[in-house]
Amino acid sequence: MSMIFGVPMAVLSGQLLIGIINGAFYALLSLGLAVIFGLLKIINFAHGAMYMLGAMGTVILFDNLGVNYWVALFLAPVLVGIVGVLVEYFLLRRIAGQDHIYSLLLTFGVALIMQGILTNIYGVSGLRYSMPDMFKGGVNLGFMFLPYYRAWVIVAALLVCFGTWFMIEKTKLGAYLRAGTEDSQLMQGFGINVPLLVSLTYGFGVMLAAFAGVLAAPIYSVTPVMGSHILIVVFAVVVIGGLGSIGGAIITGVLMGVVEGLTKTFYPPASSAVIFLVMVIVLMIRPHGLFGKEA
Amino acid sequence: MTIMKKLLASAVASALMVGGAQAEISNNTVKIGYLADMSGTYRDLSGPNGLKALEMAIADFGGTVKGAKIEIVTADDRNSPDVASSTVRRWLENDNVDMVAGLVASSVTIAATKVIEENDKLGLVNGSAASSITNEYCTPNHIHYTYDTYALSIGTPTAIVKEGGKTWYILTADYAFGHAMEADVTRVVEANGGEIVGSIRHPFPTPDFSSFILQAQASGADVIALANAGADTTNAITTAAEFGVTQSGQTIAGLVVFLSDVHALGTEAAQGLQLTTGWYWDMNDETREWSDRFMKETGARPTMVHAGIYSSTLQYLDAVEKTGSDDAQTVRKQMMDTPINDMFTKNGRIREDGRMVHDMYLAQVKTPEESSGEWDLYKILRTIPAEEAFRPLADSKCKLISSK
Repeated sequence: MSMIFGVPMAVLSGQLLIGIINGAFYALLSLGLAVIFGLLKIINFAHGAMYMLGAMGTVILFDNLGVNYWVALFLAPVLVGIVGVLVEYFLLRRIAGQDHIYSLLLTFGVALIMQGILTNIYGVSGLRYSMPDMFKGGVNLGFMFLPYYRAWVIVAALLVCFGTWFMIEKTKLGAYLRAGTEDSQLMQGFGINVPLLVSLTYGFGVMLAAFAGVLAAPIYSVTPVMGSHILIVVFAVVVIGGLGSIGGAIITGVLMGVVEGLTKTFYPPASSAVIFLVMVIVLMIRPHGLFGKEA
Repeated sequence: MTIMKKLLASAVASALMVGGAQAEISNNTVKIGYLADMSGTYRDLSGPNGLKALEMAIADFGGTVKGAKIEIVTADDRNSPDVASSTVRRWLENDNVDMVAGLVASSVTIAATKVIEENDKLGLVNGSAASSITNEYCTPNHIHYTYDTYALSIGTPTAIVKEGGKTWYILTADYAFGHAMEADVTRVVEANGGEIVGSIRHPFPTPDFSSFILQAQASGADVIALANAGADTTNAITTAAEFGVTQSGQTIAGLVVFLSDVHALGTEAAQGLQLTTGWYWDMNDETREWSDRFMKETGARPTMVHAGIYSSTLQYLDAVEKTGSDDAQTVRKQMMDTPINDMFTKNGRIREDGRMVHDMYLAQVKTPEESSGEWDLYKILRTIPAEEAFRPLADSKCKLISSK
């Protein structure tokens, strides 16, 4: 068997594929953050909590109402999106135009409250959610066993990512969004309801997080604190990609998944730090991120 | 001046000591401080339900001891040794707390017992795993009750090697507890003729185990052992099931597994998993009777930690009653002299290093077909006798042993 740096080729290919799968999650989550920051200039520390709500929502909807996976894939993000719109309308709107630190603190507080309430109700051991039947099992690729569900995760995440990028960068609605946040008074003069646009954008951003949460429900342990672990990593991904760059967030997400996967093969203890190391290096060489425009 | 102060201080101290020797309950109140993880990773295995177990013990004892009131104060240690030391210091020095119960994360316990020793009070450790708590870190002021890493490594690995699991691959949480667990397992596996073919130290916590499971799978080892705890363990087991590890003939060995973890996993994902436990709710009529009452209060079945808290509190109150004192050394001596026979264990005894030695159990998670309900999770495969389960005093590094 051919070897690369003492690691069999087959193992390496497996790790690359795993990296892309994890990268798909990073991409989805950082995309939402990038949309919210890029268009609204809000540092959304509640993003991890929204991801958690998506996953918890999936389990709760199933346990109490028997809602199946496919319905939850649409319903949970919509419900979380509504929560997001409410948060924007009742809280974030009141600090619009203030320094970034206010939105950071406010959303962080919201996240802690959500986590605390759900911990009190459901505990921290994790809720059970079984894999939808059609995804049980997997296929042997020769170099690794690929569960069907993981393959689905890549397809679903990348489709949604591409759709979002296309909508914001290439459609008229996206143009309104970008213009509305650039100069809201002018847009309002054109008869566009900018506050509504802002609410919906925030709602859409957290919907993406919730969608990632639904995808995560069958494979990760679903707990009220699951979002707090992933949040910081995802912020690092957004910084590496360039704050506010939509396409950059997607590409960097997948890339960082792969970098992390390779680190897990060659030197596992560094795998939780490697993304931050990349962040430091990128900030030193290109302070505005890999895909960011000069401020 | 300083000499005068010291003289005065020692005079006051000796006067107090004389007072203590008269066997009295200070302030006519026995005050218990419950320190545990109330909101983090270890909440479900200890947490608010552990407090409930403590309250049940006090109620079952009758609510008072020798006419003295029993009071509880509680705090969330947030798994932080700093929070633990300052809380315990405040309790002991200002609030007249006599005994500290709970004590979950090993790092928290090591910090807290230091303060308890300085103040010559008593700590009853139930949640912690590290066997060093009654070894390098033993004090004359605490008792380690429910289980420890030494006992866990004796149970599961021995059984699996004997069943033919000769080659082992270990996934280790990369911090003090994981390293200790890995060392204990390595020792036991090799002593039984097995071999460690590889190991990975993964970051704590790790949300996604697919990469590590894949590497463990590729190693071709008979057994994949998890030297981690809580969410790391449940995540690793879920991922192993997804990647078909058990179907391909490899065995998963969970080393620190609580009932709350298995409940979260469900029998579908956890079936066949072997684990070592200090207690299980469905062992006999006594355990079932208590567990039914516990479930009525909390809505969940108790973990071994909850049962340990209940049992140790009863032992403590009984010792206070018998000696008529809440002085730490008097009570500890009485507890050491009294064999423990209750729903937690039979013929348990507290050694001079503070280790409570009792039978441990090798259990296996039932299959969905065998399980008759959401909490019907274990079948007990073997009882590990007390003298086999815990580190022999001959190997002890505890200062209380070597000084004798």
